Amino acid sequence: MTTDHYIALAAILFSLGAFGMLFRRNAIVVFMCVELMLNASNLAFVAFARMHGNLEGQVFAFFTMVVAAAEVVVGLAIIVVIFRTRRSASVDEPSLLRF
Amino acid sequence: MGADLLASATPTITYAPPEGVFTYTWLLIALPLFGAAVLLMFGRRTDKWGHLLATALPIGSFVLAVMMWLALLAKPSEDRGVIQHLWDWVFVGNFTANVGLQIDQLSMTFILLITGVGSLIHIYSIGYMADDPKRRLFFAYLNLFVAAMLLLVMADNYLLLYVGWEGVGLASYLLIGFWQYKPSAAVAAKKAFVVNRVGDFGLSIAIMAIFVAFGSVTFPDVFAQAGESSEGTLTWIGLLLLLAACGKSAQFPLQSWLLDAMEGPTPVSALIHAATMVTAGVYLIARSNPIFDGAPTAQTVVIFIGAFTLIFGAIIGLAKDEIKKVLAGSTMSQIGYMVLAAGLGPIGYVFAIFHLVNHGFFKANMFLGAGSVMHSFNNQEDMRRFGAIRTVMVVTFITFASGWLAIMGVPPFSGFYSKDKIIEAAFAHSWAAGLAAMIGAGITAFYMTRLFTMTFLGKKRWTDDVHPHESPSIMTIPLIILGIASLVSGFLLAWNGAIEKWLEPVVGFEHPEPPIPIPVISGATLALVIVGALLAYQQYRREVPLTAPTSVSPLTVAARKDLYGDAFNEAVFMRPGQYLTRALVWFDNRSIDGTLLAMGSATAGLSSRMRKWQTGYSRSYALSMLIGAFLLFAALLVVRL
Amino acid sequence: MTATLAVQNTGEAAVFWICGALAVLGAMGMLFSRKAVHSALFLAMTMINLAILYVSLSAPFLGMVQVIVYTGAIMMLFLFVLMVVGVDSSDSLIETLKGQRGPAIFFGLGFGVLLVGLLGQGTSDMPAGSLEQANTVRGGNLQGIAELIFTRYVFAFEVTSALLITAALGAMILTHQEHYKPKATQRELSEARFKGPHPSPLPPPGTFARHNAVDTPALLPDGSAAEVSLPRPMALRDTAVNRVDVEEVDEVMEGHDVVVDELDAATDDTSGEER
Repeated sequence: MTTDHYIALAAILFSLGAFGMLFRRNAIVVFMCVELMLNASNLAFVAFARMHGNLEGQVFAFFTMVVAAAEVVVGLAIIVVIFRTRRSASVDEPSLLRF
Repeated sequence: MGADLLASATPTITYAPPEGVFTYTWLLIALPLFGAAVLLMFGRRTDKWGHLLATALPIGSFVLAVMMWLALLAKPSEDRGVIQHLWDWVFVGNFTANVGLQIDQLSMTFILLITGVGSLIHIYSIGYMADDPKRRLFFAYLNLFVAAMLLLVMADNYLLLYVGWEGVGLASYLLIGFWQYKPSAAVAAKKAFVVNRVGDFGLSIAIMAIFVAFGSVTFPDVFAQAGESSEGTLTWIGLLLLLAACGKSAQFPLQSWLLDAMEGPTPVSALIHAATMVTAGVYLIARSNPIFDGAPTAQTVVIFIGAFTLIFGAIIGLAKDEIKKVLAGSTMSQIGYMVLAAGLGPIGYVFAIFHLVNHGFFKANMFLGAGSVMHSFNNQEDMRRFGAIRTVMVVTFITFASGWLAIMGVPPFSGFYSKDKIIEAAFAHSWAAGLAAMIGAGITAFYMTRLFTMTFLGKKRWTDDVHPHESPSIMTIPLIILGIASLVSGFLLAWNGAIEKWLEPVVGFEHPEPPIPIPVISGATLALVIVGALLAYQQYRREVPLTAPTSVSPLTVAARKDLYGDAFNEAVFMRPGQYLTRALVWFDNRSIDGTLLAMGSATAGLSSRMRKWQTGYSRSYALSMLIGAFLLFAALLVVRL
Repeated sequence: MTATLAVQNTGEAAVFWICGALAVLGAMGMLFSRKAVHSALFLAMTMINLAILYVSLSAPFLGMVQVIVYTGAIMMLFLFVLMVVGVDSSDSLIETLKGQRGPAIFFGLGFGVLLVGLLGQGTSDMPAGSLEQANTVRGGNLQGIAELIFTRYVFAFEVTSALLITAALGAMILTHQEHYKPKATQRELSEARFKGPHPSPLPPPGTFARHNAVDTPALLPDGSAAEVSLPRPMALRDTAVNRVDVEEVDEVMEGHDVVVDELDAATDDTSGEER
């Protein structure tokens, strides 16, 4: 398969993740959409790595995973803390900065 | 250009730097100015002796002026000019104007008149204003006026003359509105100032035109070049100077302020609005004689204005019941004579000044006499409440009679000499001018006799609270002096052509050649005067109704309303001006303020709509971000297409 | 060579289409599931499919790391937190924000279309390329990656490890609960219980012939469900007592009419009359 197939797939997954961020209200599901977007970009990196014939893309994807892991850790910890105080995990809850 | 007409009549005077007594020329102005400064700056502390200082200083100036006059008489007539340069004043680019004082026959005449009559009026005011708590301020303003008027007649260039011009305007405003608590006085002062301003506008434009045409505003420079300038330029300058003169001298169309100016204390009316300030316009025309001599069209306009105003003022004087207002109307009329004479050119300048001097004496005399009467009558002005005063106030009666006969032009009183000469010169110009002057003399006789009869003769019509008595001697002595002057100044100055020889080097002189022989003119005038006087005497020596009759002719109605001068000004200038300002205010509020407010409210409206974007939900923010990314990629796509 | 390429291509194509489709389906399932746990599981499915794709793209190490770290650790972490937060908290899929849904769909779809379109415009034919050389230079994919990580990108490696440590510390600090009062002792708990509304221990969940779960309520003598027997999270659910359970009880109790009648007399339960 030529590389653009993989890139197209990555693009589709990315836009699905983006759409999901707008659509779901549960904070954790929103987070999962972020993970989906990261995965899509990883796929793009790996596909390009193969196209260029060197492993730098894979290394970058690797680092992306590491960073994603760290991000998930901290993000979920925050969600837990918020849930403890507010008893709700909806992203629509904190809307005090409105007009 | 009529050069042959003027050949024997151009000014021939030369000017030299000061020496001897003339090095003290500046003192003439400095003395009264010093008095004004001291009295104004030190305020109430000078209340006890301020009036005495203020009276002494013009007397000092008068003494100095007499000395200078005697020194001038000792010189040959062409060398009687002195210019004392005081300091450099304005030097901007090509324009220079310096503070310099000029003494020649013309300014000397005025200086003597101003300081002489001025001093007498100062003495009179000590008594007249004795009961007024602000007497010191009054004297300060009087001194200020004298200083400004002297500056006006002694200036050696038009710009400095303008300073004096404005100064007397200011003094007039301050003095008319001296009793500020009276609303009518405050309004009258404002009116005088505003109408004068129109004249001042004419003078300032004239000065600018003079500078453009001649490159200088100093009299010697301007008059030396006036002969070479085009008639059109000279006509414009002349007309603008005439506008200035009309403002200051209360000639038509700027005459409406003079009658209202009678709100001021009587000494003010005597000094400023009879003897001196209102004659400044005549001075201006006489001084600018080279300009007018080169512009026959302007001269015709001057003659017309003079003739028109002399009839105008006379008609107003016919219908007024307040004594001061009648005298004001007569001032307007007599200055009309002077302006008429000044417009006639070299045949008339001398007589204009001659009449000015005589008028200064007899009008001041009559005003002070009227003040004396009013002082006795608790400031009552209505002549319908006078009558038969000759029995109680003898000195006032006799001196007033002297002025009355002088103004009518009865020989040997002073008015006869100057007024007749003016009528002759008017006939030499045209039948219309001459007839107007002559008929004016008749009307003058009528209304002055009416005034005299209603006030001093006839039956008593006094109110119960009035006990008239003669005024104190501090007031009667100036009256006596002026009364004598009204009698003798005429034939003394006319004797052997003295006044003509005196003024000729400055203004030029020519004998007028009237179409009718002179004795016929004099006789006809005298006959008219006697007829007018007798008519008035017959009508008013018997019953005079206590309130003005209402069923009168339209002319009387018009004359009572100042011949609709005020109504005209209001309709043509004031109301459109008010509408204009109101319209501008409306426009300003609506459009300019409105634009700004609209911008403000547009911003507010826009922001109140835009703030709804801040929903507080992170998902809608995420949507905005996605839209942004979408647009970015769309732009990339379009570019690559 | 071409044959292997062709075979490789056919095999790779098949893997791509199958795993790609499944990945997309998983993503969509994640988006449109009502329950959050289902979303997490769908995402895990997507990730595993991606791992397979990585392997087919000559990145075996990355594929394994994807499964072990991403799916195995990160998704499990998601599930743990979901349990803490509320496993049955389900979003309704109806949009509450006005003006969000339409534009979201349009721009979301459009974004995807744009991206794909851009690709079409940019380089119409991106060659497949091959990692054969790179993978064999150092003796394998893992060694090749290791060389890169520890030589050229060692600084990034060190920094990301610092990041990981910081993240772990951060999580600990964030979720730490400071106890400001001493822990309640047994005696204090007991006293509080007696002062409260229900001194006795709560009934345990029900145990029936067919159902025996933490979410099945115990039955009171009159046949109604005892809500206090359920743990609170379960009680929030929509678990009415299963009618079958009740009928089961009836069958068992058929022989004990006296007991049933006395029970009827004791309570005013209409359900008794239905029997």
